[in-house]
Amino acid sequence: MVVFGMLTQVSWSPYIAGAGIGLLSCLALVLADRPLGCSTAFVKARGLIGKMINAEKTERMAYYRDIVPRVDWAFMIIPGIIIGALLSSLLSGTFHVTWVPALWGSVFGNNVVLRVGAALIGGILLGIGARWAGGCTSGHGISGSIQLSLASMITATCFFIGGIIVAMLLYRVIGVGLA
Amino acid sequence: MTSLAWIRNNRRTQIVLGFTIGICFGFLLQKSGVTDYGVIENQLLLVDFTVLKMMLSAVIVGMIVFQILKQWGFANLHAAHGTLGSNVIGGLIFGAGFALLGYCPGTVAGAVGTGALDALFGGMVGMLIGVGIFAGFYPSLKDGILSQGPFPVVTVPEFLRLNPWITIFILEVCMVGFLLLLEYAGL
Repeated sequence: MVVFGMLTQVSWSPYIAGAGIGLLSCLALVLADRPLGCSTAFVKARGLIGKMINAEKTERMAYYRDIVPRVDWAFMIIPGIIIGALLSSLLSGTFHVTWVPALWGSVFGNNVVLRVGAALIGGILLGIGARWAGGCTSGHGISGSIQLSLASMITATCFFIGGIIVAMLLYRVIGVGLA
Repeated sequence: MTSLAWIRNNRRTQIVLGFTIGICFGFLLQKSGVTDYGVIENQLLLVDFTVLKMMLSAVIVGMIVFQILKQWGFANLHAAHGTLGSNVIGGLIFGAGFALLGYCPGTVAGAVGTGALDALFGGMVGMLIGVGIFAGFYPSLKDGILSQGPFPVVTVPEFLRLNPWITIFILEVCMVGFLLLLEYAGL
């Protein structure tokens, strides 16, 4: 009953959930001998799409020889995350379909095209940046830091420096100008 | 140890394992609150510190557990030799995308699971386009900017010239101290 009560809670303390993610990252390093990262899956998915469109060209590309496009451990993380978050939000009754996040809407309005356009450009930068730096918030920020990697700690710091600058520009400069 | 090697090398087991670990990861991400656009954006605006609390808690626990597992031979080090051109420039490009999208590569998938369609049609589609662009430019970036300014060492204990456990102790004190300060400040 106690366990079920926890599963249906809207949220957990970030310290408890974070500790669980720390243990999960260690489990991944033991059972898969790989850091728990998310951006590799997007390379594999993009490579698989590329192979459907033009197999010959995709197979010639050096990057897809380094990160082979196939359904494997790293690929399955993303469908897993979607299902896990879906389960969690259904159990707590917080699942709901939205196009525009409330905070974005309160400053930039509820225009779906504007929000999806911004998200698309953000997603493109995120994809380029993650592969440029060789990992993302989980791969570098958590799994890399756990392993005492100097490059990972520097990278994670840069994620937040870049993020804080652009978020401040968006909400404290452009957003204020709009109001 | 032989059964561990079997698990790591069995393709079908790894696919099931990746999916299972992903489900647990997505569940914990959603429960911690970081699959929400507002939580991430407010972290970057330095209003809500949920993202840092979750990440530092993960590192505080994982750092000690990983070191023990490594010493017992259950885990290997997977840290690459970084460079300024790759890690700093890439990190800053990532940060810009992080703020504009309001999700990172893992939480964007988590947000899709909670019903956020901007995460699906904007974020995930954008990610696929972005990694495709990077793959296209990879041959010219690889020996160019990505290898500029290599860091002198791979790990923090090597950098500080300290024993790994002493390094961990110092880092743990700093992280716990920072979190206590946040709580004390009411953030």
